Amino acid sequence: MSDEPARQPLGAAAEPLLRLVDVRKSFGAVHAMRGVNLTVPAAKVTALVGDNGAGKSVTVKVIAGTHLPDEGQMFWEGRPVRPRTPRESAALGIEVVYQDLALCDNLDVVQNMFLGRETVRRGFLDEDAMERAAMRTLADLRVTTVQSVRLPVAALSGGQRQSVAVAKAVMWNSKLVILDEPTAALGVAQTRQVLGLVRRLAERGLGVLIISHNLTDVFAVADRIAVMRLGMVVSEGPATQTDVQTVVEFMTTGKARAA
Amino acid sequence: MTADAGRAAGPSVPDDAELGGSAVRDDAGGSEPGAPRRVAVAGGANVLPVLIGVAVIAIIFQLLNDRFLSTGNLVNLFVQASVFMLIGMGEVFVLLLGEIDLSLGYVAGIGGVIVTELVQARTGWPWWSAVATALLATGAIGFLQGSLVTRLRLPSFVVTLAGLLGWQGAMIIILGTGGTIPIPNATITGIANGTLPPLGGWALAGAVVAGYAAMTIGGDAKRRATGIAAPRRSTTVLKVLGVAVAAVAIALLTNADRGVGRYTLRGMPYVIPLVFAVLLLWSTVLTRTRFGRYVYAIGGNAEAARRAGIALGWVRTLAFTFAGTTAGVGGIVYASRLRSMSTSFDGGTIVLYVVATAVIGGTSLFGGRGHPLHAVLGGVVIAAIVNGMALLGLSAAIQLIATAIVLLASIFVDVVIRRRGAAG
Repeated sequence: MSDEPARQPLGAAAEPLLRLVDVRKSFGAVHAMRGVNLTVPAAKVTALVGDNGAGKSVTVKVIAGTHLPDEGQMFWEGRPVRPRTPRESAALGIEVVYQDLALCDNLDVVQNMFLGRETVRRGFLDEDAMERAAMRTLADLRVTTVQSVRLPVAALSGGQRQSVAVAKAVMWNSKLVILDEPTAALGVAQTRQVLGLVRRLAERGLGVLIISHNLTDVFAVADRIAVMRLGMVVSEGPATQTDVQTVVEFMTTGKARAA
Repeated sequence: MTADAGRAAGPSVPDDAELGGSAVRDDAGGSEPGAPRRVAVAGGANVLPVLIGVAVIAIIFQLLNDRFLSTGNLVNLFVQASVFMLIGMGEVFVLLLGEIDLSLGYVAGIGGVIVTELVQARTGWPWWSAVATALLATGAIGFLQGSLVTRLRLPSFVVTLAGLLGWQGAMIIILGTGGTIPIPNATITGIANGTLPPLGGWALAGAVVAGYAAMTIGGDAKRRATGIAAPRRSTTVLKVLGVAVAAVAIALLTNADRGVGRYTLRGMPYVIPLVFAVLLLWSTVLTRTRFGRYVYAIGGNAEAARRAGIALGWVRTLAFTFAGTTAGVGGIVYASRLRSMSTSFDGGTIVLYVVATAVIGGTSLFGGRGHPLHAVLGGVVIAAIVNGMALLGLSAAIQLIATAIVLLASIFVDVVIRRRGAAG
């Protein structure tokens, strides 16, 4: 009777924000992605975990347009896409916050948040307009620890810098924010700060893909967990239906140990 | 935040190694409330050290020779300094990128030589077309060197070191074996030797103070009206007062009679408004335009700038071009002051003075921090040392050693500030 269930148009709302289908990417003899299937829904935090060399970074770079996949498909809100540059993926609404944050220490918070996309009026920078917009974004995200948006980023703590980098990413009508090891360099209190910020992004309806080694953080913040091993996603599902032990098993052996 | 968080504490992998690092960062965060006022703007002009330096140097030289602080010598010192200031403002562009331009001394020389040659009787160009040609040529040199640095990815140090040699050669070829060639054009020689009428100097000083006051107070008012934090009123008033004091001091000094005997000489040398105009132009470009913002961004973190979609190559090339043009202005002033150009023009020493000028003023050799104002303030320091030592009749050997010490000291200060910045 119903021989076409999967093909049925589900409507835009039911389509996940981002879906990778059997994406493959090799660098010479190294098969970094060997058929990755991954779903990133809107308004949820999806964690991508895996051991070193599992293919997490390459996956991020394919989504971000830094690498072109060899095979496979990428669906953005249901439409097939193929971003060839970071610019193209940014145009779709994808922003990546890399581990090194890519902030200019000598520029202040506002200048960093608007870098490359400054507001210009009559040929000159409109500092006041940029400052107001930056303050609005930070307030929306409830980033309250930054005392002044006119402080150079060099004067901020690690957590504050991370917050600024995230705020910079969400400022531009982005729909998906990818965070690469956002807590790796942070202390306990600052980690909590940043994880709270990550939750608020999802509450605002953004899709969040967080790459992390730290399973404590992952379980603290993620709605969904995808585990990568040797270039494939070996497990993907709600965080409530798994635990640290199982995730570690998937990371190291690729399967769950029979309980 | 979920119950799993607690259970997961065991297997978390690389965390322990990170804890040491994060403790340091926490400290950085903790010390932050005290820090902000120091560096208000990117390239923040913390000019207090250099002002203290000037005062110390002035006192020392005045004690050794009481003519140092005479009106005539001070005005002469400003004119001397203007060459360093102008070329130095060009160097600031390149230093902000984290690069260096060692050729600017001889690029300035080329500018001076071109003007000198073009206004000779046999060529007979009008002064303005000679100046325009010289600036186009020096800009083109900057563009060429900048292109070599950005397109071929050659180190700026080596490219401009080659420039230091090559442009000296070119300068000697243009001058021929004639040695010294005088400038027969009164407008050109007037740039460094002519003065505004006293009233003109006062009008200019008044206009500068009024303009500055209107801009800062108006800007603050607009910020308050739209609900963003503005600097405290007392800070603004102090800044305006500082500018007013400086302007009045310069006007008083230049309008006092500095003639010898029965011969009276008063009025502001044209180079003072010229230096000010270049300062205004370049600080506007650097702090109020996208291009300027990108110069700072590249100097601060080139990779971040690249990821932000900034065309690094063009920004860098343009900065080198502006540096060349500005050096050309300095070279023309140099030629004007001596009323001639000669093959003994020492662009090598000049460029070292110029780098010292920028660094002493507060511009970093490591990129990302600096302002054209630094070159102006540093120019006063360098010219004071050069002038004071000449006044004392010290040998060239002692002058070289003293300059070396000043250069080292300024770079030491730069490195210490940078280390403190990195630590928090």
